[in-house]
Amino acid sequence: MRLTAEEQAMLEGRHGEPVREAIRYQIEVGDFWGAERFVPITNAHMMGDIEVMGDGGFGWLRRACEQQARCTIPITTNARCFDFGFAERLGQDPGEAAKERSIIRFLREMNVATTDTCINYQTIYQPHLGEHVAWGDTGTVIYANSVFGARSNFEGGPAVLSAALTGRTPEYGFHLERHRKGTLVVHLDAQLDDLADWGAVGKIVGERHQNYFAVPVFVGARRAPVADELKHLGAALASYGSMAMFHMIGVTPEAPSLEAALGGNKPVDEIRIDDGAIERVYSGYDLKDRSASLVVFSGPQLSLLEMKSLGAMLRGRTLHPGTQVFVTTSHGVKSAARELGYLAEIDAAGATVLEGVCFYILQNLSQMRVRNGWTNLISNSAKIVNIIGAHRFNTILRRTRDCVEIACTGKLH
Amino acid sequence: MLATIRLQRAFGPVVEGEAIVSAEGFSPRYDLDRWSGVITKPGHKLEGTSLRDKICFFPTAKGGIAAGWAFFDLKHKGIAPKALVFGVTNPVMVQGAVFANITISEGWLPHPAEVLKTGDWVRVDPQRKLIELLRRAG
Repeated sequence: MRLTAEEQAMLEGRHGEPVREAIRYQIEVGDFWGAERFVPITNAHMMGDIEVMGDGGFGWLRRACEQQARCTIPITTNARCFDFGFAERLGQDPGEAAKERSIIRFLREMNVATTDTCINYQTIYQPHLGEHVAWGDTGTVIYANSVFGARSNFEGGPAVLSAALTGRTPEYGFHLERHRKGTLVVHLDAQLDDLADWGAVGKIVGERHQNYFAVPVFVGARRAPVADELKHLGAALASYGSMAMFHMIGVTPEAPSLEAALGGNKPVDEIRIDDGAIERVYSGYDLKDRSASLVVFSGPQLSLLEMKSLGAMLRGRTLHPGTQVFVTTSHGVKSAARELGYLAEIDAAGATVLEGVCFYILQNLSQMRVRNGWTNLISNSAKIVNIIGAHRFNTILRRTRDCVEIACTGKLH
Repeated sequence: MLATIRLQRAFGPVVEGEAIVSAEGFSPRYDLDRWSGVITKPGHKLEGTSLRDKICFFPTAKGGIAAGWAFFDLKHKGIAPKALVFGVTNPVMVQGAVFANITISEGWLPHPAEVLKTGDWVRVDPQRKLIELLRRAG
């Protein structure tokens, strides 16, 4: 990689040891991908919690903090694995909770805003067209690239921290114009009225093209999807396909026309998604013992408008005995939902609203599953039904209203 | 040399070990029990297989930001694979492997399934962008 004088000084340790280590690491990653230089970034968003970091990452972070690693650009944190107010009730490990509190303390000392949200793009920072950022998790990245036209690769925790220490990231992947053009075309010929329908679209396309550099171009949407629908579409594409970008003609900023979105690429595939294809997604799940003891609204965290809608669906209703419902959202959204009365409606039905977490990363989740005798996990999130497999749940995607019905009747169809 | 595979890009130390050739992609979050090093996702083609000290051949990367931290912690726990050899991968796999100093590569010719089987003994040389089959299984 070609280094500027400032970057060379960082590499020589003139900005301190943490910055030297950070830029050396970034150069190794950049070299792998053939990056020629760094690009300055304006915002960073990192995943860093004890569930994902483990004791190895914990020790590394403590050392970085002690070495006075201090971030120089605005940086926020993704959802974490503890909502401390519920840790005991969920049977989570007190020792791990203490480590999680330490991680938060280290990060704050390192100048990180511990916002604990995976919907930073809805609640905290909306980068503009062409703005370079360093974000993770995947749902945040695909939203940034696709809906805002900002530029980010998937960046893991250490990569984001390094970027926030040096103020830059290696220029490869989606920072480069040539990787941002469409590579396949998806014709949408379906009703797509529910968040889960958009997630199902992401599942169909993502499973067929598991490739970070695949960029689907959606054409023919019957109406422009709203932000929460784009969120579920993007999260599912990123989860099933490891994709970081999509276009939607007339909706996303780099897709005024099919020609512009493809940028001269000949599509490697054309897919047509009709109502039958969406129904086949729903009917494709094995219902196992038909138990409906766990329904989850999470992954990504719910926006305020999703909380409002869920509150309305649960208004005056009660969960079926033996069914547990978990909802996850950000600190800010939960607070606003409390003010606006949505939270009271959800609480009154008997659902549990967790803040600052996402369900699939909860510490001790496998043990929680065993202790509660959960087999099926039912959700309107295509992402979560895909991502949670290693915890041995049998997962089932259902539309939002169906999830509510299942939760209130205990009947899974 | 019994067979060789050329790699498109690679990072890390030269390593030797037993190959696991997977027909399915991989994510340390989706598929792996990160406390035992065993693939536990129900229905994964390698379900029940430990990746510890193995040279793992995966056609694709799935997900996920978790890989950024996960390999470092797997190494800390002594249950990390020796190398991750991908057909196509994503940046986080690479960031995670580099962070943990675990050998990683992307792009292969010929396809490993044409020349290798699980259990074969192979050497990965990132500098030379080359994998050598040293010994057949059994």
